[in-house]
Amino acid sequence: MELAHFQVLSAALFAIGMYGVLARRSAVLILMSIELMLNAVNINLIGFAAFVDFTDPQRALGQVIVIFVITIAAAELALAMAIILRLYRNRSSVNVDELDLMKW
Amino acid sequence: MISASLVLFYIAGALTLSGALAVVLTRNIVYAAFALLVSLVGVAGIFLLAFAEFLALVQVLIYGGAIVIVILFALMLTRIEDFRDLSDNPQWPAAAVISLGVLGLLAAAIVGTSVRTTERQGVEFEMLGDTLFTQWAVPFEVASLVLLVALIGAIVLVRTSGGRD
Repeated sequence: MELAHFQVLSAALFAIGMYGVLARRSAVLILMSIELMLNAVNINLIGFAAFVDFTDPQRALGQVIVIFVITIAAAELALAMAIILRLYRNRSSVNVDELDLMKW
Repeated sequence: MISASLVLFYIAGALTLSGALAVVLTRNIVYAAFALLVSLVGVAGIFLLAFAEFLALVQVLIYGGAIVIVILFALMLTRIEDFRDLSDNPQWPAAAVISLGVLGLLAAAIVGTSVRTTERQGVEFEMLGDTLFTQWAVPFEVASLVLLVALIGAIVLVRTSGGRD
C-alpha cells in the first residue's frame, strides 16, 4: 500500500461529490455531496500523515487538522439543516433551482 | 504478491466509492442517506488502514451516528413523500464533464508529483493529544466556540413559537 492509493481514492471521492453538488436538485442531497467532498479531503490528509517522512512533533498535524475538519463539518451540517427546514416551511420546496429570489 | 492490508484497502475503497456513487445517483433520498452511511463507514476503514484509530472511532461516532441521523431527522420533519422521486438538474451532463475533468486534473497532479514517503506509520494517542492540547489549544477552543454558535444559530433558525413570525 502506498500514498498513491490514498490519493487516487481521495480524488475519485472528491470528483463524485463534485458531480453530486453540481447535478443534484435537492438541497439535502447537495449537502450530502459536500460531506463526501470533505471526507475525500480527510482521506488525503490522513494518507499524507501516515506516509510522509515528517519529524516527530509534526507527524500528528495531519490528524489534528482532520479533527478540525470534522468539527466544522458538523457545525455546517447543523446550520444547513436548520436553513433547509426553514426553507421548506416558507416555500414548501427544497429544490435549489426554484430558489431564485436573488436572481435578476 | 498482494498483501492483506492492500486487499482490505481495496474492500474499504470499493465500499466508499460505491456508497458515494449511490448517493449521487439514486432517486430515493432515504436510500441516499443510507448509502452515505455506507460510504462514511468505508472511510473509517481507510482511516484504520492508515493507523488513525482515534479518527476512525470519531468518524463512526460523528459521521455514522450524528450526521446521518440529523439528515434522516430533517427528512422526517419535512414531508418525505416529496423526496421520493428525485430528478437531477438539466445541467447534469456538464456536471459529469466538469467532475471528470477535475478527476483527470487531480490524477495528473498525483502522477506528476513525487513525495518522499516512508513506511506506513501511525500517530500515538499521546502524541496526538499532546499536539492538539498544546500547539493547537487555541484553535481547538475556537472550534468549540464555532460549534456552540452554530448550534444556537440552528435552534434560533428553526424555532417558531414566541418569535416574530
